[in-house]
Amino acid sequence: MSAPVVEVNGLRYRYPDGTLALDGVDFSLAAGETVAVFGPNGSGKTTFVLHLNGLLEGEGRVHVCGMAVGKDTLQSIRSKVGLVFQDPDEQLFMPTVLEDVAFGLLNAGFGAEEALTKARHFLGLAGMGQAGWKAPYHLSEGEKRRVAIAGVLAMDPEILVLDEPATFLDPHGRRELLTLLAALPQAKIVVTHNTMFAEALAGRAVFFEKGKIVADGRPAELLRWFGWAPVRSSRGPAAPLAVPTNR
Amino acid sequence: MHHVVLERWSRGTSIMHRRDPRAKIMVLLVFLVVVATTPAALAPYPLLGYAALPICAILAGRLPVAGVLARASLVLPFCAAFAATTVLAGETGRAVALVAKSYLSAPAALAIAGTTPVPRFLQGMEALGSPRFLLWVIHFLHRYLFVISEQAQHMRMAAASRGSAAGARFRRWRLRAATGALAVLFAKSYSRAEAAYRAMLARGFRGRLELVEPLSLNWGDYSLMVLGVTAPLAFRYALEMLA
Repeated sequence: MSAPVVEVNGLRYRYPDGTLALDGVDFSLAAGETVAVFGPNGSGKTTFVLHLNGLLEGEGRVHVCGMAVGKDTLQSIRSKVGLVFQDPDEQLFMPTVLEDVAFGLLNAGFGAEEALTKARHFLGLAGMGQAGWKAPYHLSEGEKRRVAIAGVLAMDPEILVLDEPATFLDPHGRRELLTLLAALPQAKIVVTHNTMFAEALAGRAVFFEKGKIVADGRPAELLRWFGWAPVRSSRGPAAPLAVPTNR
Repeated sequence: MHHVVLERWSRGTSIMHRRDPRAKIMVLLVFLVVVATTPAALAPYPLLGYAALPICAILAGRLPVAGVLARASLVLPFCAAFAATTVLAGETGRAVALVAKSYLSAPAALAIAGTTPVPRFLQGMEALGSPRFLLWVIHFLHRYLFVISEQAQHMRMAAASRGSAAGARFRRWRLRAATGALAVLFAKSYSRAEAAYRAMLARGFRGRLELVEPLSLNWGDYSLMVLGVTAPLAFRYALEMLA
């Protein structure tokens, strides 16, 4: 196995209201690996991923691509970890889709022309090439999700962190998103409750409970163990998600 | 919603749209100051001469004149209250001047807002020395107005689906529910603002809005400034000479 691109040891985080959200998390992610993050609501999954690019700062050790996450390394870390948020409306804040995708590139110091060219390319990759000058509020939820992913991909991150990427997507949209994500070479952390989506995309999964990772293994095994496996219809098995993965 | 229309107008390509936002803001500021400081004794009818400038800007921006003038009338209820007080004080001429000045200012502001996308407008304001924090507040207010209004709509539907519109005798209860909904909406907006800021940081935001088109003044912008600044000053001077 290649060297880990993310290494977390003993991570603890308490919210200002006193809630202990993370209670000693140990985790590692290898280059090119895809890990699904399962767990009940409020178990600390989102809090955990927010630590990976320094949006939250807890006790413990978080290393990304060999760099300790801290004030001095924030800019480099944020260019390496692309975070796709749960609600795309929180991520799309610029007046047009193209400007939004170019936002990260301009912050990274790209010139306007280059930023626009790259933004157009990644919008096309996400299947949103025609939406460049649309306002984000004119898009459907699935389209917003795609634009949010394009905005993150445009920054060419080494690690992609997706928080509930399948939410709001219809089955067709989910399948398209799976195909897109499976084709990406980056290491991925996918926080999700969508078990079929996770099984199709990830080769490994971790299970959060009360701020701790309580299990680490293959997605199907974890889902069975915790009773999260999808309920099969009595009329026959669910259609398999035949999507190539990079595991 | 009115800002949706403005947003659509601002994405045009007319000669006014192509002008640097700094030039447009300067002209607007001078116009507003000149109109506001014109003595009431010269008003109200000669004040209408000032209208030529916003009308020219609206035409040059290929904006619908009737649409702009109709939207400008939104200021009337606000200034009417002050005007009514002035009338009660026995100064009818001053009251008419107040209404005329307020109404004149609105199409001028709309002509600029309708030909300048919000990020460029804010960039222009920043270049002219406005506090960055204030400009970010405006930017987010503009962007999330849509999201918040959508949320309010959802909450209204949720309330209606549980019978909130069930007759006048529940009016007091509905008022309480609406107040509660407003509080929830505020809390949601606050948490969304935090989340949006996190999303910006995650993409390398360092406190400065970088735009795809940097500002640059050209001869067209200088011409606009010269024309836009001298025309209202000259008109004001002429009014005072004739008085």
